[in-house]
Amino acid sequence: MTRTRAHPYRTVGKYAALLGYLTFALFPLYWLLKIAITPDQLIFSEGTNLWPSALTLDNFRTVLFHTDFLSYFGNSLYVSLGTAAVTTLIAAGAGYAFSRFAFRGKKIIVAIMLITQMFPLLMIIAPIYKIVSSMGMLNSLTSLIVVYTAFNIPFATFLMQSFFDGIPKDLEEAAMMDGCSRFQALRKVIFPLTLPGLGATLGFVFTAAWSELLFALMLISKNEAMTFPVGLLTFVSKFSVDWGQMMAAGVLALIPSCLFFIFIQRYLVQGLTSGAVKG
Amino acid sequence: MAGKTVIARTPKTVMPGATRARRSLYWQYLVEPYLYLSPAIFLIGTVLMIPLIIGISYSFQSIELLKPFDTGWVGFENYQDLWSDRKFWLALENTFWWTFWSISFQFLLGLGLAMLLTTRFYGKKLFQALVFLPWAVPTFLSALTWAWLFNPVIGPLPHWMASLGILSEPYNIMGDPDLAMWGPIVANIWFGVPFFAITLLAALQSIPSDMYEAAEIDGASAWQVFTKITLPFLAPMIAITVMLRTIWIANFADLIYVMTGGGPANSTQIVSSYIFTTAFRKLDFGYASAIAVALLGILLIYAVVLLWIRKKLVKI
Repeated sequence: MTRTRAHPYRTVGKYAALLGYLTFALFPLYWLLKIAITPDQLIFSEGTNLWPSALTLDNFRTVLFHTDFLSYFGNSLYVSLGTAAVTTLIAAGAGYAFSRFAFRGKKIIVAIMLITQMFPLLMIIAPIYKIVSSMGMLNSLTSLIVVYTAFNIPFATFLMQSFFDGIPKDLEEAAMMDGCSRFQALRKVIFPLTLPGLGATLGFVFTAAWSELLFALMLISKNEAMTFPVGLLTFVSKFSVDWGQMMAAGVLALIPSCLFFIFIQRYLVQGLTSGAVKG
Repeated sequence: MAGKTVIARTPKTVMPGATRARRSLYWQYLVEPYLYLSPAIFLIGTVLMIPLIIGISYSFQSIELLKPFDTGWVGFENYQDLWSDRKFWLALENTFWWTFWSISFQFLLGLGLAMLLTTRFYGKKLFQALVFLPWAVPTFLSALTWAWLFNPVIGPLPHWMASLGILSEPYNIMGDPDLAMWGPIVANIWFGVPFFAITLLAALQSIPSDMYEAAEIDGASAWQVFTKITLPFLAPMIAITVMLRTIWIANFADLIYVMTGGGPANSTQIVSSYIFTTAFRKLDFGYASAIAVALLGILLIYAVVLLWIRKKLVKI
């Protein structure tokens, strides 16, 4: 914003602020990792030291092979990937309709989608539980995918719409002049251009589904169907003294989110702002 | 389908061009967009809107899963209970403080970060990626991480606070009714700063740079540039973001549920976590729905007031 003026106090202040933000952002994650690699017998004697005197990977080994971690992990992966794929597909269609058509009822649908972003989702936790249980779908991962998909469609739709808005209309009009139907134009011309947008939407929805806790707690009670947040919370309340193992599980749970985060980082500013302004 | 029947019924005497035009208008304004929209509309309708209406009807019924034979319409009984429920009023007060402190710090720290990110410095890309990382951490994990950091057995924070003189001795502030709320608030700030920074950063980048150049030529101080150019330009964006974020944070129960479960002595119970514990722990769906409707009403009033203020202030 301002050109760097050679003012020493300012420069020092700026770098101090940068360091402050960095520490605040990373320290909790560092601590998670630190406890995870501290051997059990050292946790209490030097629990608050900044660096442990010995390192171990035992906690990771225990978590991976002697708990239900992998099953939780697999369930969460299935639910999150399923939600991300279905939501992105549906939201791409809806976003395309918003971006390219003027039609009757558009304003009402946009308004309803905005309202769903506003009202407390916990409002529908009781009715959803009743409906799902009357359909005999409690403890089913499919029911979670359906519920999460509906939650994420409005935001994903606005996001996709902003990506479609960024593609000039002339492109598909030219294709349609050359004899493509609108759907063909969509498939052959627009689709390849929105791949980054689709990727970003996939990432956002995946992250959202990966961290959802409260509805999963309500709808899932069987151990073998638990998603990661529910499983970890159960683990925490059951073995509340196995600090090392809990944190090792936490570190492992971070990995998919971080991978997706690196992947979507480029689109963050673009995506979030367009989404934030509209909904 | 509807489009095709129109073609079939069109008499052959009509000019071909006219038919096609009418067909495509009909097709384009009524049918085709809805083909693309129908899955979204169907899911939002069945999974969000219908349960919403059912939920409102629940608030006028007695539905407790633990008393399956005691169900039925009870009129406004749930709301009368709510009115005299001390826990609800306490939760309302807690919601206010929770939202107020969270949003204030998220906004101020987010603005600072966004302004830093508009300057040039070495390693900026890496810095940006690392500093935005908390946003990608799943909420239940942020909650657990901060709960552990505040735990004197394995976390350093109580010890640091004690040596700084903030605490008399290193104990867990989340066990202290007066301080417990700060646990989830700090976790929320940590989690929410990147969101504000990203949003404000994009807004900052849209300010035309010749404004700053002109200010520099006129010899404006940094503070003047900030208050006379940056803030006025950011104001609309700030208003929208803060309003939407306030509603979102007021509804955000995950951190509190995981970190304190509303305790000790309901000192961290906010309205949305109260809904969840009533539905999940007590399985009292009627009462939970009544609390939810009350929360919805409060948020609606908030939104209307805010929109009204905005209309008064923005003279366009």
